[in-house]
Amino acid sequence: MTFSRRTIFIALFLAGLALLPVALADQPFYVGLLSRAMILSIAAISLNLLLGYGNMISFGHAVYIGIGAYSVGIFAYYEIYDGFIQWPVGLAVSALVALLFGAISLRTKGVYFIMITLALAQMLYFLGVSVDEYGADDGLVIDVRSEFAGLIDLEEGIALYYVIFFFLLLTIFIVHKLVHSRFGIVLRGAKSNEARLLALGFPVYRYKLMGFVIAGVICGLAGLLLGNFTNFVNPDMMHWTRSGELIFMVVLGGLGSLFGPVLGAFAFLLLEEILSDFTIHWQIIFGPFLILAVLFLRGGINSLLGSRSDG
Amino acid sequence: MAEPLLEVTGLIKSFGGLVAIDSVSLDVTSDEVHAVIGPNGAGKTTFIAQISGDLRPDSGTIRFAGADITRLATPKRAQRGLARSFQITSIFRDVTAEDNVALAVQAHDGHSFRFWRAAKADPSLRDPARAALDRVGLGDRRDVVAGELAHGEQRQLELAMAIATEPAMLLLDEPMAGMGAEESERMVALLQELKGSAAILLVEHDMDAVFALADRITVLVRGQAIATGSPQEIRDDDQVRRAYLGEDG
Repeated sequence: MTFSRRTIFIALFLAGLALLPVALADQPFYVGLLSRAMILSIAAISLNLLLGYGNMISFGHAVYIGIGAYSVGIFAYYEIYDGFIQWPVGLAVSALVALLFGAISLRTKGVYFIMITLALAQMLYFLGVSVDEYGADDGLVIDVRSEFAGLIDLEEGIALYYVIFFFLLLTIFIVHKLVHSRFGIVLRGAKSNEARLLALGFPVYRYKLMGFVIAGVICGLAGLLLGNFTNFVNPDMMHWTRSGELIFMVVLGGLGSLFGPVLGAFAFLLLEEILSDFTIHWQIIFGPFLILAVLFLRGGINSLLGSRSDG
Repeated sequence: MAEPLLEVTGLIKSFGGLVAIDSVSLDVTSDEVHAVIGPNGAGKTTFIAQISGDLRPDSGTIRFAGADITRLATPKRAQRGLARSFQITSIFRDVTAEDNVALAVQAHDGHSFRFWRAAKADPSLRDPARAALDRVGLGDRRDVVAGELAHGEQRQLELAMAIATEPAMLLLDEPMAGMGAEESERMVALLQELKGSAAILLVEHDMDAVFALADRITVLVRGQAIATGSPQEIRDDDQVRRAYLGEDG
């Protein structure tokens, strides 16, 4: 059996993630950076399900990060730290909001779809800003991380790291299965030729809506992890610029590729980190760089790994 | 005579002031080829779009297999056995020919809210897909990416997608569009073979093909059905000659 360059690279990348905390045990900063990159990878993978496979350009995806993080924050505010309560509620609310937002926005196409997803997400952002009980735009401090009946202690940075790592692997695996399933084939067909799908007898709207909900739930998971990781939640996590960053990660990594969004998220965070060391005006360099990367790197970083094998 | 499979009555569709389809009625029995011909702009595509469900008529009814489908959405019509091919080739260009047909099979194999098993290795999708490709003569091209097939082959692929689900009726919108003489002949032979296994409503510009295939022909001119009859009757119809055959050669 031979492995492609891509497979080898991905295996090494994941093995590196598995081992790095051992090497960096006394470097909490780097463990933290990688944790955050993995969380955003999960969010980017879920967004890629919409952008890359389903041709739904959602400009409000960060909202589900906010929902996940607020699910931890609001429960913690009432001193309910049980993850077995926080997490299912967070995922369920993500699903419901995605169902509602999807049902509305999927009735439109193109630019209108983009604008409506953005507007709906901004509604939740402003809701977060205006509710004084939960800190308004200051947000909430999460003084105690989710507790799982003593099974695992997330207060330990390394433990949290491996929990995030586990969920990243799980997300990759689930999305891989999903895009190759019957459902995934229909979703990808909608990107390629929606009129044909309708004529074949697929009620495309329902499939897209289901895709929208699944992506929302996975991104909600990223939010639950992020709330725990940062010990903090505020409305900014839902701001449309955050959604824009997620889009950038997906495009930078490679639209419609399984592992591309992970590469995009890592590249995005590392660049942000490195450039902001140089100057506080790092965005002046970062912006043009992203534009050039998108212009000249068709297929994103993923395309550097050779021809696509995962559709 | 049994009730026709497709029965269109008093169909009217206008766009603003333009009446594109002006009370057209026709029927198709379950084993015939019924061709709709007419000069450019006669409303053929508008007509077929209403049968397939892409356009809603202003008035009139469409009955299919004993049920009123006038207000039914496109996918539901397809589910009931009304398969169509498009005038402008409409395929999934970035996957293989077999993937295309397998997707057509999948559309009629229950719902597709199945999230786990790989669809690509599913024989209940792949076997019928291969059979359909064999029937249209694309059997040895099944692993070619659809976008890289020759134009004529893409038209054959369209047809394979339409027949893969063994529909009761095929709605063929100019299957010979853009084909060379040789390719057209092959397509006519192919449709000859399909005759009898499904009713066919054929919209086509290629007169040789139409007269070779059709059991009945309806002539559409400026949105009106000016004549319906056997190929011979249509050939001999003065009104048709004046309105259509004369000016089109």
